Amino acid sequence: MIEPARRPPSRGALSSQGDRVFQILILALASIIVLIFLLSLYQLGRESLPALQRFGFRFFTERTWNPVAGTYGAATMIMGTLLTSLVALLISVPLAVASALFVAEYAPKWLANPVGYLIELLAAVPSVVYGLWALFVIAPILGKWQTAFFLNPDNVGTITRCNELWASQQTNLQCFFVPSGAGGRGLALAIIILTVMILPYTASVARDVIRLVPADQREAMYALGATKWEVISRAILPYARAGILGGVILALGRALGETLAVAMVIGDSQEILKSLWGNASTMASVIANQFGDAQETIHRSSVVALGLSLFFLSVIVNYVARLIIARLTPKGIQ
Amino acid sequence: MTAVPILTAHDVNIFYGSKQAVKNVHLEVQRGSVNALIGPSGCGKTTFLRAINRMHDLTPGARVTGKILLDGEDVYGPGVDPVNMRRRVGMVFQKPNPFPTMSVFDNVVSGLKLAGIRDNKRLMEVAERSLRGAALWEEVKDRLKTPATGLSGGQQQRLCIARALAVEPEILLMDEPTSALDPASTAKIEDLMSELKKVTTIIIVTHNMHQAARVSGTTSFFLNGDLVEHGVTDQIFTSPRDERTEAYVTGRFG
Amino acid sequence: MMSTALSTVSRSSAKLSPARRIRNTLMGGLILLATLAVVAPLILIFLYLLREGVGALNLDFFTKTPAPEGETGGGLLNAILGSVTMLAMASVIGVLVGVAGGIFLAEYPRHPLMPTIRMISDVLAGIPAIVMGLVAYGLIVLVFGFSGLAGALALGFLMIPIVVRTTEEVLKLVPLNVREAGLALGLPQWLVIMRIVLPAARGGIITGVMLALARVAGEAAPLLFTAFGNPNVNFDPSKPMSALPLEIYRGATSAYDENQRLAKAGALLLILLIFATSMLARYVTRQRK
Repeated sequence: MIEPARRPPSRGALSSQGDRVFQILILALASIIVLIFLLSLYQLGRESLPALQRFGFRFFTERTWNPVAGTYGAATMIMGTLLTSLVALLISVPLAVASALFVAEYAPKWLANPVGYLIELLAAVPSVVYGLWALFVIAPILGKWQTAFFLNPDNVGTITRCNELWASQQTNLQCFFVPSGAGGRGLALAIIILTVMILPYTASVARDVIRLVPADQREAMYALGATKWEVISRAILPYARAGILGGVILALGRALGETLAVAMVIGDSQEILKSLWGNASTMASVIANQFGDAQETIHRSSVVALGLSLFFLSVIVNYVARLIIARLTPKGIQ
Repeated sequence: MTAVPILTAHDVNIFYGSKQAVKNVHLEVQRGSVNALIGPSGCGKTTFLRAINRMHDLTPGARVTGKILLDGEDVYGPGVDPVNMRRRVGMVFQKPNPFPTMSVFDNVVSGLKLAGIRDNKRLMEVAERSLRGAALWEEVKDRLKTPATGLSGGQQQRLCIARALAVEPEILLMDEPTSALDPASTAKIEDLMSELKKVTTIIIVTHNMHQAARVSGTTSFFLNGDLVEHGVTDQIFTSPRDERTEAYVTGRFG
Repeated sequence: MMSTALSTVSRSSAKLSPARRIRNTLMGGLILLATLAVVAPLILIFLYLLREGVGALNLDFFTKTPAPEGETGGGLLNAILGSVTMLAMASVIGVLVGVAGGIFLAEYPRHPLMPTIRMISDVLAGIPAIVMGLVAYGLIVLVFGFSGLAGALALGFLMIPIVVRTTEEVLKLVPLNVREAGLALGLPQWLVIMRIVLPAARGGIITGVMLALARVAGEAAPLLFTAFGNPNVNFDPSKPMSALPLEIYRGATSAYDENQRLAKAGALLLILLIFATSMLARYVTRQRK
């Protein structure tokens, strides 16, 4: 049945010589990733040098950002970035975790898949579309509420008091929650839209780690006579805690760098924050709103210095998030 | 037999990092024979098999010392290209692993085609000869262009044998080739081996002693990285010289 | 003593107390409400754009450039063609470097540079798009001026880490024994990668590229100071170029109704394209499994 070989097989046609060439080629292309990182660092560093040289560390602590006077301190927009991001995170995390629990634990498969998919689509909506929607739909709603507040005779006293306080560049806890305008735009709207935008990031990471919780963890808790909520709160969430935290930090990274939607709605004011409803700015929104118009070198350089700060901030935040996720993953998979 | 052995292992040691998996193995394999490597799991039989075609080159931390001569030539010798060397040695793995995106035909001739042979007539000849050699021709001759992943597990494994035969290897390494298959497919592949030794030499790793007894002419028993005993299969199974071999083949451990 | 305590516990847990039952139901309800709150914005945005934008998605929208400020009519042909041109250029960079990076991470895990490249790729994924715009500004615009090339470069940089990650993931899904079979046949590693592993992972890589494209197609921030925008149709990559997200941004923040109308229609078109791409990618992924 088997015939012996009629021809000697071809040999020496191939060797591992090609492997070395291929590896060098692949490595060269992959190294472009490192090159981009280094070029970014160099570019941002070079351009922000004049500002950092002139202002030094005060750039980060000084609150005055005044292109007319040529004084640039980023403290207000750093505050704006941290405030919008952290508050948005605070609101979105419980919602995101709840939706992840719904998809992973409650919903039947026919519902879990489309809902999970809708949440993924939420992450695919471009920033400018969120900004457009916030401007055209949410801002008028907020504006209506603000107008109603101003027209209510009961509030006249509060409004007068707060206006006086604000005029002297001050605020207090009560006035911080009093509207300072009726346009709908401002810090609050930025927080609202940011909340919506970062929801899917936490939600999808949370869903993935919840699905990785081994069945025996659930079953052990059910076997003790636990209710569904008890299984979730005492077995699933503690087990998935570290992974969810990783997702939260990833979402924080997104929030810190989120630009256009925030730039469109936050009002671009570099004054000290006096009201939750007032105009404000974040580091990213200042870049978007001012870089194109910045004529003087020091202004331009200060804006790029904000970019450099964002660069480092996002590198650190993402690194920490990956560290947490990576540490969790082997445990989750095994 | 006085002919030069097709394979000679001389003082072969294999390390994973600092752990030694195979110790001082000396072994000769004659042309046209079927040789079984047996022993409990973790005894070093698969590790030794993979040293023959330098698959350990790809494992981080793995190191082979000693000499393995293929037809008199040291496979670890200076100037030996592992890629060229592997073309002389065929290998069949535990689980069938056809190339997922290729048809039955393309799988069989992949070794030749990817090496640059484009002559369709010759490829067709090789494919038919190899598939006949692997006792698969009659089953697949009408669907050579269909995806290989559509075949049954047993057919896929015979396809992998045909793929290895197509490059006309001087020696065919089989690493527990039937461990993932049902009894009927296993029987087909065992029958095939007695045919295959007419054209090549087979070294088969198996955890199944009955399989070793059925298919092989010589058997090597490994234990904890040592080659405990090597000899004619009948002798190994009926009158082993080493008591550890006896303990294993009589099922007292392992 | 001990046994009494144990039996008390088991007896009390044998029956579900009303408090536990109520809490269980309540939390289930809250989770459902929260999920509704999460998906509501997506549905609201989509319905809003459909209502406001679909009327403007007419023939003019696809065949004309924007009318001068204050006049009515016009379309976003310049933006559509600009987006397509820049995305095509960005893909060249994104796919070439991204796929090579994915191959490097998946196939050369022992290479000493592997951990560095993996880390930097992950870090790049997190850098805000607007910062990439500043980088491309410094690299290209300072030398050559506002241009489609600068915009495409920024978008390409943003694509790279996404493509790297999906490529690495799908290559790792190709079983090790398939690679071993190729090597055992005496094929060099590069042929095994290019002719056996890569084709096996093709579907996944294409999906990854599509998702990366969908992601950067909606980016306006990195284009603000690079491609800049152009009221006319332009295919010359050395000149300013428009893009859909740029026109949406300008239109949404414009005082003119006509610009706002075009922005809404542009936003509708953009999310329809992005949703279609993600759906297609999802469909392809499911087919493979």
